[in-house]
Amino acid sequence: MCAKIHYIAPNIYCCGAGTAADTEKTTDMLSSNLTIFSMNSGRNPRVVMAVNIIQDMLFRYHGMIGANLILGGVDCTGSHLYTVGPYGSMDKVPYLAMGSGDLAAMGILEDRFKVNMDLEQAKALVSDAIQAGIMCDLGSGNNIDLCVITKEGVDYIRPHKESPYNYKRQAKYKYKSGTTPILTKTVNKLELDLVQETVQMMETSASS
Amino acid sequence: MDRHHPYSQVNGVSTGTTILAVKFNGGVIIGSDSRASMGESYVSSKTINKLIQVHDRIFCCIAGSLADAQAVTKMAKFQLSFHSIQMESPPLVKAAASIMRELCYSNKEELRAGFITAGWDRKKGPQIYVVSLGGMLLSQPFTIGGSGSTYIYGYVDAKFKPDMTLEEATQFSTNALALAMGRDNVSGGVVHLVVITEAGVKHIVVPGDELPKFHDE
Repeated sequence: MCAKIHYIAPNIYCCGAGTAADTEKTTDMLSSNLTIFSMNSGRNPRVVMAVNIIQDMLFRYHGMIGANLILGGVDCTGSHLYTVGPYGSMDKVPYLAMGSGDLAAMGILEDRFKVNMDLEQAKALVSDAIQAGIMCDLGSGNNIDLCVITKEGVDYIRPHKESPYNYKRQAKYKYKSGTTPILTKTVNKLELDLVQETVQMMETSASS
Repeated sequence: MDRHHPYSQVNGVSTGTTILAVKFNGGVIIGSDSRASMGESYVSSKTINKLIQVHDRIFCCIAGSLADAQAVTKMAKFQLSFHSIQMESPPLVKAAASIMRELCYSNKEELRAGFITAGWDRKKGPQIYVVSLGGMLLSQPFTIGGSGSTYIYGYVDAKFKPDMTLEEATQFSTNALALAMGRDNVSGGVVHLVVITEAGVKHIVVPGDELPKFHDE
């Protein structure tokens, strides 16, 4: 099952929509970048730094990297949520939905978002918003994953809610050899002419 | 995301916008709306910041492609701060505008963003510079920009007076932005104003319900 919440740093996670390969690799590169920075500077990375790096990279590629990202995390300056678009635009937001189901999810978020909600309310809101996306968008489906990031740590809930539709095979689909009868068999020999032959000696001696 | 903007000239998020800057007695006011759109029909943000601070007393208003504008202002902020350290003094508004112009002109094929650079410096006081799409640099006592500006040229031409007081200039800017936001579908949200004077920088936000109303509302 696809994991769409990517690890960036111990305190920063990123949801990726758009081209899956692009979101995967971009977040991977960002994560490596920030790890090296942490080792060099001895500091935990800040969310705004991750945003700046990603924004520069995506802008350089002029929208060719189809990554719509929502970055969230908690650092020494507080908790932050940012969105970065494929062309390199960024926005700091209190709540956001992206992807093919964004309009469906946004409806739920716009209706019930309140400043300073408590954790359970927020989890229910996000879960319901994703559920709306799953129900109303053909490109979204299956389970709901949540990632809760606080100053104390990260709670990666995978899955938060499983899809009620389980895939269990109803019958055996493997057929015995000989199930399909062969009616006729003809063998056509291909006439091949040798056009050119070249021999190149390889250097296999141990001296170099 | 492509389904949001099938016919849009700007790819990605655009600040179809209204921005303005007005010189008054002692400073400069810059203002903008707060809407970012994708295509002509989806509002991707109701609270986008289009007044970017590039130095202590110098701001840039952005219009056009959000990604391009943010990239250019980031580069300009860096170059300006480097220039300021080298000169060991706060940069001139003209220097900031020139940096923006250089970036816009050299990359005019790839970029689709226009700017209004405004601020205060010791040498010439409050100034406003327009850096347009292709990289033209022009200094003006007041200026309007963005897609919503077309609806308020009449208003600003009729109502602008040189050397207004701060209150008059604030009212002028708020009215102009409210009128533009009322007619342009890709401008909206709240009105952001920044007042830049020798003393400092003040940010004023006028929420939608406190905007001036006109005869037809």
